[in-house]
Amino acid sequence: MTDTDEPAPAGTGQEAAPLLEVRDLRVEFRTRDGIAKAVNGVSYRVAAGQTLAVLGESGSGKSVTAQAVMGILDSPPGFVTGGEVLFQGRDLLTLGREERRKVRGAKMAMIFQDALSSLNPVLSVGAQLGEMFQVHEGMSRKEARGRSVELMERVGIPAARARVGDYPHQFSGGMRQRIMIAMALALAPDLIIADEPTTALDVTVQAQVMDLLAELQREYRMGLILITHDLGVVADVADTIAVMYAGRIVETAPVHQLYKAPAHPYTRGLLESIPRLDHKGQELYAIKGLPPNLTAIPPGCPFNPRCPLARDICVTDRPPLYDVGPGRASACHFWKETLDGAR
Amino acid sequence: MPEPLEPYESYAAREAIGHGDGGSAALAIGEAESLERVPGAGPPGGEPAGKPRSLWSDAWHDLRRNPVFVLSALVIVFLVLIAIWPQLIASGNPYRADLAKAQQGAEPGHPFGFDTQGRDVYTRVVYGARASITVGVCATTGAALLGSLLGGLAGFFGSWWDGLLSRIADIFFGIPVILGGLVFLSVITSSTVWPVVGFIVLLGWPQISRIARGAVVTAKQNDYVQAARALGAGNGRLLLRHITPNAVAPVIVVATIALGTYIALEATLSYLGAGLKPPTVSWGIDISAASTYIRNAPHMLLWPAGALSITVLAFIMLGDAVRDALDPKLR
Amino acid sequence: MAPDDRPDGTPGVLADPGRPALGEPVLEIRDLVKHYPLTRGVLFKKQIGAVKAVDGVSFDLRKGETLGIVGESGCGKSTLAKMLVGLERPTSGQIRYQGQDIATLSGRALKAVRRNIQMVFQDPYTSLNPRMTVGDIIGEPYEIHPEAAPKGDRRKKVQDLLDVVGLNPEYINRYPHQFSGGQRQRIGIARGLALRPEIIVADEPVSALDVSVQAQVVNLLEALQDEFDLSYVFIAHDLSVVRHISDRVAVMYLGRLAETGTDEQIYEHPTHPYTQALLSAVPVPDPEAREHRERILLTGDVPSPADPPSGCRFRTRCWKAQPLCAEVVPPLEVPEAFREEGPARHPSACHFAEERHVVPGE
Repeated sequence: MTDTDEPAPAGTGQEAAPLLEVRDLRVEFRTRDGIAKAVNGVSYRVAAGQTLAVLGESGSGKSVTAQAVMGILDSPPGFVTGGEVLFQGRDLLTLGREERRKVRGAKMAMIFQDALSSLNPVLSVGAQLGEMFQVHEGMSRKEARGRSVELMERVGIPAARARVGDYPHQFSGGMRQRIMIAMALALAPDLIIADEPTTALDVTVQAQVMDLLAELQREYRMGLILITHDLGVVADVADTIAVMYAGRIVETAPVHQLYKAPAHPYTRGLLESIPRLDHKGQELYAIKGLPPNLTAIPPGCPFNPRCPLARDICVTDRPPLYDVGPGRASACHFWKETLDGAR
Repeated sequence: MPEPLEPYESYAAREAIGHGDGGSAALAIGEAESLERVPGAGPPGGEPAGKPRSLWSDAWHDLRRNPVFVLSALVIVFLVLIAIWPQLIASGNPYRADLAKAQQGAEPGHPFGFDTQGRDVYTRVVYGARASITVGVCATTGAALLGSLLGGLAGFFGSWWDGLLSRIADIFFGIPVILGGLVFLSVITSSTVWPVVGFIVLLGWPQISRIARGAVVTAKQNDYVQAARALGAGNGRLLLRHITPNAVAPVIVVATIALGTYIALEATLSYLGAGLKPPTVSWGIDISAASTYIRNAPHMLLWPAGALSITVLAFIMLGDAVRDALDPKLR
Repeated sequence: MAPDDRPDGTPGVLADPGRPALGEPVLEIRDLVKHYPLTRGVLFKKQIGAVKAVDGVSFDLRKGETLGIVGESGCGKSTLAKMLVGLERPTSGQIRYQGQDIATLSGRALKAVRRNIQMVFQDPYTSLNPRMTVGDIIGEPYEIHPEAAPKGDRRKKVQDLLDVVGLNPEYINRYPHQFSGGQRQRIGIARGLALRPEIIVADEPVSALDVSVQAQVVNLLEALQDEFDLSYVFIAHDLSVVRHISDRVAVMYLGRLAETGTDEQIYEHPTHPYTQALLSAVPVPDPEAREHRERILLTGDVPSPADPPSGCRFRTRCWKAQPLCAEVVPPLEVPEAFREEGPARHPSACHFAEERHVVPGE
């Protein structure tokens, strides 16, 4: 398992020093069924004010990458076995536990899919928001409460002043997700990682929450990493997309180009396999087979057993991330053919 | 230069229904939500991936490799054997007294020494296992059967029957065990183990019934029960085929741990004079008799007490190991 | 009065004049209601209200068609599914199958009907008994209905079913935890097919699956429909999947149907504001179409079904709401304005129905 390909990291922002740069990150889970290689050399960059979407199915390593970046990986069984996470020029992986904790929350924050289980059920939302200010900024209880109300108003919770004492279960799913966003914003972080932030919500509420997140990001010029499996959600807000498969980035591209002309057969397959809202269509294209078992990732290109283009070379040689255009890369030996086929 | 590719149009036409995933023995890590839920690809070094493995056989696979389980199981097998055939390792007679040797320490042929009446402590400790194991096994079986029957039915049928049973269980929970034992057992003069067994079952079943009720309520909510119901399955089938096999694991775990505590309870009651009575040979009785002489002849107390501790610990550790193996969160 | 007309004289959905019937109705749902009582007190229970999960739903399912039911969480679509397969008893209303009201059946008669109406569940992890082998799971329908297959044939039949749903028949002795989510869903489908039902009610059958696997299962369901002449009630929150698989679509909101019609009528010519908002909110995997798309952002959340708004249920979130909407329940019928021939001519429960294009067409 040696691959020395030093791919162009996903994401733009090469001009200025990026806010976050992940280099060749590797994570494995040591389970009793063997070692699951969850992340196998992931590199990407996010600049301030920019949105990078990490797209992948469950088990692709998209959430594990984020957890490693945030430093909240369950360890054991998860272990970071290589790579760097450069945040504002510092490698977070070399920091001590205490320093790491200071970065988390104040400089980078995370929003989770399930707001109900991420909030403490026995504390009022005001107390939970206020605690951030009291602990990190040394505010008095009263000041903190005032700031909490302001923040709740900012994320669009109606009657914030009256509801600041309410408990999480008294809010609807969409409102809880807004509170999560408020908590993430509380200390004005430079980077927000949102892991499937709207997956648990209904479509009409989904749109509201996504809009709020995009608006706040612009307003505060934060970097945003949006982790999702939903090709639709990504299309709305991302600048750049990184598609992950079996713990690797297989394609990165600016959002418009990825949808117009994917350069990796997996991306293309995903795009073709989702039903369309605007026409009924014939039989759906289905990518054959199943995602690989992470304890036994196929040699060569991990997608080769499911790929309609697979040739001998795909089984023997792992494709590096080829530069396939400005700001674009694809880990496919036949990226040219894929791109041509798509046009 | 790679060989020419087929035209891209054929891409969408391939693999219509995706029969592809049927052929390979793919046990994908991919679709599981978290790595903890992953049904991994066969145990490393074990049988080849894809062989039928029930959850029980998986659990057994784990248990065999767990030193805590192996050790406690060996101790328990040994205890059961000497409870049935104490002659295997003790050739003497537990009742034979030689007052001349009262309270004497170890000597050749009598490794544990003698008690106040000059009986061989080693032989008495070995013969004492029978009472403890009998009480433990019988009381646990009784409490588990009664508790899981009542609790399971309450969980399954719910409504007023559930409410009534829970209140009755609460009443039994409220009885102080030792006080209840002293009052209840002191009026009984039988020298067999059965009154003690009966008393422990009476106080032990509510605990099991709560666990069984909870397990049945959890199992009942699963979609596979709904699915069977939608097929037209009756209550009998639902209970026997779908709910019981999925609810039995926590009951087994709690019952195993309870077995250890019941043995300790029997010894406590015997120590207080309310449990087993001479001439039954029991660790509790011997500890009680020895406690007065602890300064002069501590060996009389330490050997039976040590045997009791090891026995209780073995059952509790076994229960812990079984729980770990059956814990669905690890699966 | 047509057989399905409401007591108040408004025509029901049967009177749907938009289209000729695709086939004979196999299932007729009339004014179906399910209220869950809310009680207070332990010993002496007092009813203090009711959760109106389903509150007056009528539709037909025709032979060989797929009826899609879409709605957000809490709209009552899962309760509706459970009533159709007899897992919940309706508070009132009828479910007519082959001329008899199955809502009133019990015992042997209900069991006989169940053979013909089967269900596919959402969660492939909880819908298969982990202690049973795949063969036992798929073969269980034959044990419950021994008349469906003689004992000697059962193993063969189970293997055939595995083959039909695209699994290796040799997997018959394996346990569910040895399969992935998509494969488990195929096992669930095979169980649903075992008794050769006429109707399959699928409650979010693909929403728990990954995108690449979702397409496989959707295709499988479509292929099986042709092969076994099945009628589907396909319940989902994903509007794209519903459009793909459905012949007709019913949009549900807070226990009632808001709009019904063919997939084209609903998606290209929606006349109910809720349908329009729902369609406009769906994220489309196409950044260019996105930019030219009009979006209707609804404010607020779905009200509680325990205390639904008077009149039109959607009025609290509707930008068109008038005082009339709070007073009069809009009937589900073809609105006045669209009585002439045209794609907008389909039932819509809105006083102020008007056509609006929200899905970017080609």
